[in-house]
Amino acid sequence: MFGHFTRLQRYYLMYTGSFLVFIFSLWVLERHGMPPRWIGYAFLFFTISIYAAIGIVSRTSDVSEYYVAGRRVPAFFNGMATGADWMSAASFMGLAGTLYLSGYQGLAYVIGWTGGFVLVALLLAPYLRRFGAFTIPDFLGARYGGNTIRLVAVGSAILASFVYVVAQIYGVGVITSRFVSLQFEIGVFVGLAGILVCSFLGGMRAVTWTQVAQYVILIIAYLTPVAILSWNVTGVAVPQLAYGKVLQEVTRLEHELFNTPAEVEVRALFKERADQYAQKIMQLPYSLVHERDALTTEINTLKASDAQMRDIVALERQRRELPHDPAEARQRWENLMFSAVDRSKPPIHHAEVFPGDTPEIQNALRINFLALIFCLTVGTAALPHVLIRYYTTPTVREARESVFWSLLFILLLYVTAPAYAVFAKYEVLTHLAEIPIAKLPGWVAAWTKVGLVTIEDINRDGVLQLAELSMNPDVIVLATPEIAGMPYVVSGLVAAGALAAALSTADGLLLTITSALSHDVYYRIFRPGASTQFRLVISKSLLLVVALLAATVAAQKPGTILSMVAWAFSIAGSAFFPALVLGIFWQRATRLGALAGMLSGLLLTLYYIVRLEFTAIPWMGLRDIGMAPWFNIQSTSAGVFGVAFGFAVTIGVSLLTRPDSAAEKFLTIVRRSRSTS
Amino acid sequence: MSTPSKADQHWQKTRRLTLVLLLIWILVTFVFNWFARELNDLVIYGFPVAFYMGAQGLLVIYLLIIWFYNRQMRKLDAEYGEDEA
Repeated sequence: MFGHFTRLQRYYLMYTGSFLVFIFSLWVLERHGMPPRWIGYAFLFFTISIYAAIGIVSRTSDVSEYYVAGRRVPAFFNGMATGADWMSAASFMGLAGTLYLSGYQGLAYVIGWTGGFVLVALLLAPYLRRFGAFTIPDFLGARYGGNTIRLVAVGSAILASFVYVVAQIYGVGVITSRFVSLQFEIGVFVGLAGILVCSFLGGMRAVTWTQVAQYVILIIAYLTPVAILSWNVTGVAVPQLAYGKVLQEVTRLEHELFNTPAEVEVRALFKERADQYAQKIMQLPYSLVHERDALTTEINTLKASDAQMRDIVALERQRRELPHDPAEARQRWENLMFSAVDRSKPPIHHAEVFPGDTPEIQNALRINFLALIFCLTVGTAALPHVLIRYYTTPTVREARESVFWSLLFILLLYVTAPAYAVFAKYEVLTHLAEIPIAKLPGWVAAWTKVGLVTIEDINRDGVLQLAELSMNPDVIVLATPEIAGMPYVVSGLVAAGALAAALSTADGLLLTITSALSHDVYYRIFRPGASTQFRLVISKSLLLVVALLAATVAAQKPGTILSMVAWAFSIAGSAFFPALVLGIFWQRATRLGALAGMLSGLLLTLYYIVRLEFTAIPWMGLRDIGMAPWFNIQSTSAGVFGVAFGFAVTIGVSLLTRPDSAAEKFLTIVRRSRSTS
Repeated sequence: MSTPSKADQHWQKTRRLTLVLLLIWILVTFVFNWFARELNDLVIYGFPVAFYMGAQGLLVIYLLIIWFYNRQMRKLDAEYGEDEA
């Protein structure tokens, strides 16, 4: 394979080479005094103009090129594009942080997000490619017949993809505001421009080739800092191999540090604080009035005496900042109470599986761990923006092979994420824990300023206890360059990588949404006679509208958006997985069966999420709808019930209805191994 | 164009292969992790086994499953004259 490169491989090798030269020259410039801000701008400008250039070169007015890149993408490159398509801002920034915070439990994400590709390879990709449609609703429409199922599929695809796309654009806003100090809202629209330059002119064709370029950047950016850190700590530059020893050291330090008298004292203080807030919440609205009165009395006594003006002003500000009404007080105090409760719990040992004092707690954790893996695998195998990537290969065989390449390229990042977490934990346990606060390393102060790291010396001993430190998950990847004492150019590289991860996923999602709307709804249902030229005009205008809509939502900084992304997997899994798999492997599955299965699975998932996450929905007049979870399963794993129910309903209803005569014809095409081009 | 019975055989073998690999996948993903607590008492090169499997081992097994599936399918396609490449 390395003997003779294809033209494409030569192009991308040259591209990778020039990117490395670009990083190197920035590093030289930094040593000659280039300010960090300019390095940030250089990365932003350089990467986005590359994406734009690829987008313009790949512009197209051909329908097949626009929707499925002309089905000419070789397996190897489709694998890379899928890797970038799949790994989002959350994988790039959030995963290592989740692993840092929850140790072994976080591995559910690593296992689930990779295990899903086995399902894609065995159950879906070859069959989707053999039929050779443009979209997932297209495939379902052809298998089961009728426009209703097409519409249900379009609706579910949009439901699962839209929140996801908003989260990516939000991620772009966060990255640009942090690294090139643009205002968040401006950053969001810079991101929007970055997305549109790739997808607007060239559709899937342009998105594919930019995604390959983005994969190269994101993987270099992810591996570099942790490799250097690993070299510094262990003398081995392959972090994936080296962190075993470090993990052992971490475990030893954990046993040493977790139960020192100071740690226990700090946790008790947080427990006390949580109890105080709980009491105050119980005594609302009286407690709020009482607190305000107490402050007023204190201010008055101070004013009567000859106290410092500064103290009085401080107290007055404290009074001004009290919650205005009981509802606000409840919300604010509940948040404070929960964060205090979190800090009062004894920390988890990183490598411990299902930690808990009683068998019941351990069992609940085990069930949730497996349920989450299930939802993430099934969701991975059902998210439309990943599945449509397998429409773009030339043959069925290459579709199968490209799943292998996809997983290989995705593995590179997922195998590294746990190493990030372990190295970060090692750093915290050796250089932060039990260290005088005045002597903490510089990176802590830098990230405290941005609000991603908070330190509160609750026992006022001037020394940092572990429970006094709290870190935002994103900080692990973003701060690693500084932890390892690397030049700013590496931080810029990480930002460029995170940006690439967010943009590539956003591109794929946006294209999925617009092709569902333009191809399935407009062309297939409303105007089957539309000319190809007009179909593309519709597609491109919808792309603009959806992109603007997503950016507008993201600019509002919706707080719940990140938790909603976790639900996308359950939603996609329960809507698509049973209908797709049974449609391919069970000839007896009928239109009504699939329709009933999709709807009931989706509705059960939504029902479970809503009743677990909300106690009331005021605008719908719903109150007291909260319920206890079934089998202790959390809302992120709602798909367990949805998928199982979807399968059961599809099978049950199919057996009750008459067999579809068209199914046999469809299945002879799909199961045979010759490709229809 | 192959005869129907030949195509049927091809499909039967594909289905059997899929089922076997799927069972292996379920075994390593769900059954194995069910006993993770017990398995973690074993330590190899500083890695507790369950942690190591979750962080690296399983992912490599997944890759091998897909690789094996592709290899067998290539053979099947060749055997039944459905080779397209």
